[in-house]
Amino acid sequence: MLRSSFVRAHRISSTATAAISRYALRPNGNTSIRRSLASSASTVAKAVESDDGLSIETHTDVQAANKEQTNIRTASNSIKSTTDGISSGTTALNHAYRENTGYGTRPIYLDMQATTPTDPRVLDTMLKYYTGLYGNPHSNTHSYGWETNKAVEAAREYVADVINANSKEIIFTSGATESNNMVVKGVARFYSKTKKHIITTKTEHKCVIEAARAMMNEGFDVTFLNVDANGLVDLKELEDAIRPDTCLVSVMAVNNEIGVIQPLKEIGSICKKHKVYFHTDAAQAYGKIPIDVNEMNIDLLSISSHKIYGPKGIGALYVRRRPRVRLEPLLSGGGQERGLRSGTLAPPNVAGFGEAARIMKTEYENDKKHIERLSKKLVDGLLANDHTNLNGSALHRYPGCINVSFAYVEGESLLMALRDIALSSGSACTSASLEPSYVLHALGKDDAMAHSSIRFGIGRFTTEAEVDYVIKAISERVKFLRELSPLWEMVQEGIDLDSIEWSGH
Amino acid sequence: MAAAPTRLQSSKQFNNYNFREYFLRRSRESFKQNMTLQKPEEVSRAFLDAKEELGILKRQGVISQMYTFDKLVVEPLDNKHH
Ligand SMILES: Cc1ncc(COP(=O)(O)O)c(C=O)c1O
Repeated sequence: MLRSSFVRAHRISSTATAAISRYALRPNGNTSIRRSLASSASTVAKAVESDDGLSIETHTDVQAANKEQTNIRTASNSIKSTTDGISSGTTALNHAYRENTGYGTRPIYLDMQATTPTDPRVLDTMLKYYTGLYGNPHSNTHSYGWETNKAVEAAREYVADVINANSKEIIFTSGATESNNMVVKGVARFYSKTKKHIITTKTEHKCVIEAARAMMNEGFDVTFLNVDANGLVDLKELEDAIRPDTCLVSVMAVNNEIGVIQPLKEIGSICKKHKVYFHTDAAQAYGKIPIDVNEMNIDLLSISSHKIYGPKGIGALYVRRRPRVRLEPLLSGGGQERGLRSGTLAPPNVAGFGEAARIMKTEYENDKKHIERLSKKLVDGLLANDHTNLNGSALHRYPGCINVSFAYVEGESLLMALRDIALSSGSACTSASLEPSYVLHALGKDDAMAHSSIRFGIGRFTTEAEVDYVIKAISERVKFLRELSPLWEMVQEGIDLDSIEWSGH
Repeated sequence: MAAAPTRLQSSKQFNNYNFREYFLRRSRESFKQNMTLQKPEEVSRAFLDAKEELGILKRQGVISQMYTFDKLVVEPLDNKHH
């Protein structure tokens, strides 16, 4: 009954079209609910007495979470009873949890492209360097320094090994963002006397695109290559874009939003032929797809530790030594890391990163098998719903990243209605703003499609039970939201959705 | 492998659902794999690896119990297995 009153309130007439902003499904009430959620979450940690009388700070808060959830429900009920027109969003929120008590409250984590959980084996390695082994790895006058230096060099070997590189070619950085900036700015600046042109693509991570933009201010030309509807770059177009003054081609290995794998080997041989440096942002690819820097002619490669179950705040850059790639360092200082990245290394992070890389290699086959199996199950389950489609190439893809469009459902509303699953509608950096994804735009998707897309990430620790839960939850709630959606109704009335002017961004 | 049953037990100590399920799965799989090993050096290699992993699981299982979080929406609350 409430639902029908909502639909009536938003009945589409020729004048009301503008009212169908993407906020139509999100009444203001939601923001206050969100805020109260955040405030109560900060009070959850409480001390617990252990057997021997010690008081340990713990984060067990099943009770608090239950109370919180009840509060949300009552809040949404009261909104529902006081207003008539805008009850839809809160009704959807009521459906955002499995009503079944007897289960926990913490959401399933399916945002593996944003970051991954730290593997306990990695933490086990790191703890030593937070307790006894605290020496500065650059101190070479005493054993405290030697101990950590040894760990750092061992980690360097592990990191290099995954991509068939030499450990001398690995530079530790703070993460892939720094590595990407180092390459785009550093290589361009080093060769700036003779070379003034950079080639990259429209679907790169923001840090590559913004670094390239920054170089435009320094007088460089930047070509942003288009991608086809599958998200792949056109090799012919790439080759044609190379000029005599091109210094760098930067194409990501696996896209963070759609999981598409670019043809690295082919791009590598084109770059070799024209003698330009080839950089690939492998933050999402490292350890997950086979990469061989020699076979693929990769000159520079960015790695991020927190995408491979390692600690956050560390990553690496592979810089080829033969033939030598020169770049200007971003940071001036003590000249650590071959002078390319000054600053004291963080041995806990480096050792953790090394262990994470080692495990990526030893567990490669197991992870691959597990992720492929769950991915197939999830894709089949999601695409069984009407009007859904997989974004990006179905063939050239990393199975652990699945981007699906649910037509006629607004992605952010769906995320609001999926409080029990941690998902994102795109990259972490754009999901805070409500902008539609530029990656999906580059694939030629319209605003409506881009708005209704959700990214699912499957990893080493995802279980089959979680995938089953997600398939069921998504299918139910997509159906539910479509019944509420003015868009769905418009489609059924035969209104062209492209004629709507989206407001709010 | 003598270490396998204890690896299973240690895996169960994880309070974190995803880690527990993962190590249970991996312990079972590697136990099965190691059963087929023939060469003595392979067997002793596998034994050493399993022993090392057992140490990690024991330590990390304890840590997992010191820092606990809510149960996931797929986890039954009354599951008293540890
Ligand atoms: C493709 C890609 N490049 C770069 C980054 C940034 O990595 P980091 O967080 O290590 O700086 C990410 C992740 O956010 C990514 O997905």
